[in-house]
Amino acid sequence: MTELSRTGAIRDINGPIVTVDLPGARSGEQVKIGELGLFGEVISLAGTTAVVQTYESTDGVRPGEIAVGLGFPLSVELGPGLMGGIFDGVQRPLEKIALQSGDYIRRGISVPALDRARQWEFEPNEALEPGAKVSGGLVLGTVQETLTVKHRILVPPGVAGELEELAPAGDYDIEASIARVRTAKGHILKLSMYHRWPVRRPRPYLRRDDGISPLITGQRVIDTFFPQLKGGKGAVPGPFGAGKTVVQQQIARWSNADIVIYVGCGERGNELVDVLESFPQLDDPYSGRKLMERTLLVANTSNMPVVAREASIYVGVTMAEYYRDMGYDVVMLADSTSRWAEALREVSGRLGQMPVEEGYPAYLASRLAAVYERAGRVETYGAGSGSVTLIGAVSPPGGDFSEPVTSHTKDIIETFWALSKELADARHYPSIDWVTSFSGHVHTAAQWWHKEVDANWERRRTAALALLARDAELSRIVNLVGPEALSDAQRWELEGASLIKEGVLQQSALDDVDTFCSPQKQFALLDIAIKIYTSGAELIAIGVPVSELQNLPILAKMRRIKSMYTSDQMDQIQAFRAEVNSAMEEIRIEYAKQGEPAVS
Amino acid sequence: MSIKEYRTVTQARGGLLVVKDAPGVAFGDRVRIEDYSGGIRNGQVIRAADDAVLILVFEGTEDLDLERTWVRFLDEPVEIALSPELLGREFNGLGEPRDGRPPILSNLRRPVAGSAINPAARTYPREFIQTGISTIDGLNSLVRGQKLPIFSGSGLPHNRLAAQIVRQAKLKDEDTSFSVVFAAMGVSYADAKFFRDEFASSGVLRNVVMFINLADDPPVERLTLPRTALTAAEYLAYDLDRHVLVVMTDMTYYAEALREVATAKGDVPARKGYPGYLYSDLAEIYERCGRIHQRHGSITMMPVVSMPSDDITHPIPDLTGYITEGQIVLSRELHNQGIYPPVHISPSLSRLMKDGIGKDDTREDHPRVSAQIYALYARAQETRNLASIIGADELSERDRRYLAFADAFDTRFVGQGESEDRSIEATLNLAWELMSSFPRDMLTRLKETDLAKYYTGTD
Repeated sequence: MTELSRTGAIRDINGPIVTVDLPGARSGEQVKIGELGLFGEVISLAGTTAVVQTYESTDGVRPGEIAVGLGFPLSVELGPGLMGGIFDGVQRPLEKIALQSGDYIRRGISVPALDRARQWEFEPNEALEPGAKVSGGLVLGTVQETLTVKHRILVPPGVAGELEELAPAGDYDIEASIARVRTAKGHILKLSMYHRWPVRRPRPYLRRDDGISPLITGQRVIDTFFPQLKGGKGAVPGPFGAGKTVVQQQIARWSNADIVIYVGCGERGNELVDVLESFPQLDDPYSGRKLMERTLLVANTSNMPVVAREASIYVGVTMAEYYRDMGYDVVMLADSTSRWAEALREVSGRLGQMPVEEGYPAYLASRLAAVYERAGRVETYGAGSGSVTLIGAVSPPGGDFSEPVTSHTKDIIETFWALSKELADARHYPSIDWVTSFSGHVHTAAQWWHKEVDANWERRRTAALALLARDAELSRIVNLVGPEALSDAQRWELEGASLIKEGVLQQSALDDVDTFCSPQKQFALLDIAIKIYTSGAELIAIGVPVSELQNLPILAKMRRIKSMYTSDQMDQIQAFRAEVNSAMEEIRIEYAKQGEPAVS
Repeated sequence: MSIKEYRTVTQARGGLLVVKDAPGVAFGDRVRIEDYSGGIRNGQVIRAADDAVLILVFEGTEDLDLERTWVRFLDEPVEIALSPELLGREFNGLGEPRDGRPPILSNLRRPVAGSAINPAARTYPREFIQTGISTIDGLNSLVRGQKLPIFSGSGLPHNRLAAQIVRQAKLKDEDTSFSVVFAAMGVSYADAKFFRDEFASSGVLRNVVMFINLADDPPVERLTLPRTALTAAEYLAYDLDRHVLVVMTDMTYYAEALREVATAKGDVPARKGYPGYLYSDLAEIYERCGRIHQRHGSITMMPVVSMPSDDITHPIPDLTGYITEGQIVLSRELHNQGIYPPVHISPSLSRLMKDGIGKDDTREDHPRVSAQIYALYARAQETRNLASIIGADELSERDRRYLAFADAFDTRFVGQGESEDRSIEATLNLAWELMSSFPRDMLTRLKETDLAKYYTGTD
């Protein structure tokens, strides 16, 4: 690329925004700034001057210093060696940087994302013979990237031609040529195991498909009440302290995706370290191996340069698309998109652009939509079906969901897990509010649940939500006139709703037993809670006083059973169902003996 | 490059100077300004273009004229001299002595701007710090390397609480005390004196470095003060292997100074006139706290943030809450009832608590006791609201139990003496005593084994 590079001079430094004299610069082009060689990208052009946003602090840079246009846009390296890694917002490997520059990140340091020295065991695709027609997205072979992930080596998008030679099985580094392709024009292209891709351009696919199966996260309020599909897009908005990060981490830990990409965008350093330290210890419930083997982290902590924060989401989603193109189901978690939007605002403010809402630039909504649109389930060119599920945390200032980032996000996404401060204050976690949350995927998810778990799933779910809605209504009355004004049946409704809340919705991420809940256990808990409520309601109808039901020990057990037995101990949970039935039956018989059913 | 001096000041307003025709000046560099009377001021380059340079003057631009002001670019970043002699001293925001003693002489100088810790070099904080305060230790535990702000309001005893924490904070079963870096921005003379006296009387003064900018000192200096203080804290923690507790009061005045300068610069305002980069700016300060691999020392931070009009959604507490690992919120209502420390537990939170407590750190029942107390207190608050509408006499037996719990909790658990240093066991036992006023089956957050061991009720 050196033949494309051009040099110019710095004119003006305003924090991360640097104006340079650089004739022929292209919008989006990478620029190296000053003697320190700080990286940046061109965001606007006027005459011969270009405005560059830099990914690093510009302290010490002077007007007159050199600026070098590199001729290509911000790109990431895609190839084996990404899994298990931790990268900064512009895909620099943080662990290697720590080895080179110590505890702090030295400016201008440039380390490639992928290890050049490491050898990978390449297995060629046996279906490919010399002379075969190949094109972008086709699988040339595989590499066992980690114990869990088989990395498919793809023909880079845009390459097409006739395969001249495919390397035999063996150990190669990522720069070694593993295939030669003759293009239609007769050029010979040497392909290696990695290629580069500009992050702001979505990777191509054959066609887009509808999502069909739910992403199972092991979290009851998500899977059972507000399901997400593989290939869907969702948002987790919540004020600080409501538990966004824990919800995201739980999804990263327990979801049944093949690949998890966690983008800490403007987040707390200490929380990222928690992920870094705990994931290598945790077992993947699906493969039985370590979670880190299918996880990749992009870390831009809140004190790292703001422009790299803006880039981090694109870097993350591009890597997600790359694994999607191998035919995998990828979940990308972005924590938080508000910080990303604020980075946009910060840059636009420095450029003096006209703000529209709360200082945000006019292009906020379109940028947000474009990012979320990169999620989806697709038919890939060469590896079957793959998906990117994109879940973004939103941090609305003051917890106000009407602010621009939350409201624009709400228009774009399909699943909305709204976190509530009130629930969090009562330590009801996950604090996903069942009144304001929604999922556009319930009917699709229902087909899966009915087939895989129980045909009554949607009915029970609806019954539970109706009970919760009733609870909200009755609670208003109680708050006005006190609980004495309610009838026994109404009080039992409150009790039933409380069983759903405490026995089903509440789930402790810290409890070893309850942190993950299989779909079978989810349904059993819901079903038993509804069972207790409905049979209790029948008993009240024949005159049993509510206080007698409230004193039943099965109520306390219903609230605790989630953390008594794991998903593998379904027998004990079913035994509890029998216990519930006999306790209710006992009361029925007792009251039947007394005869005279009370008239209601 | 040689040191350059210019007399081409073309504008002076709101703490900012514009100097024309000063090419080749580095962004972020330190500046020395001499006014017509020979007085010296300090500044920093905050925008460097080839035709003009914008300078932030820490002492402000009051009383400057355009003709007789000399600007000298020192060709070095804003730095502080570091040595063990820092301890026991008092400085201003630029690291110049305020205590009448000579400046620190040291070859070791570091730029105050700092740089981001590589997340891959951090260690997760998990060592429980006992502050001796029940609402913190029992319900919102602090760990070494955490940043836990106190959200307060005017007239609330945040300074007393911060001083009590400084006095009492220790690792469980360990006697090593903390070194303290105290950063005061825009506080009153009386508040600064309170801390100084407090440090002196509790005998920790030799272990304290103070950086002070009073309410009547130039506000622009507040922008560099926390950075200077944290550079000193990093030196103590990572060079001298000390555990450092940084107390910063009051971050609200810091943010107001930032807004003042941003407005003068003509930055586009985001919320309430604060610039769009307030979040990033606060994060640069708060994120300097933590633990690093293979370094013995640590930085734990307790910033005080006073909430304007007690509004927790105001941009300053709001953005702080998004950066820090929790918050301790003080309540005017509790304060008015004479309860000290008036910690309102509902909105208070410690995000790093989960890994610092439990069997190996405090006691095995601790996480569940905390969850149970929160659940009971939330319900008790609802009952209080209800009682205020329909009257306590109309409440059911069960609800009256909640009311009694809430009152006992506020006075006995939240309330404690200013010199009362409760051990974590005492705090947990007190929690059990209060919870035991409920029958066992209402305590669903606790395990059967916890109940068997600690429950003292009769049901």
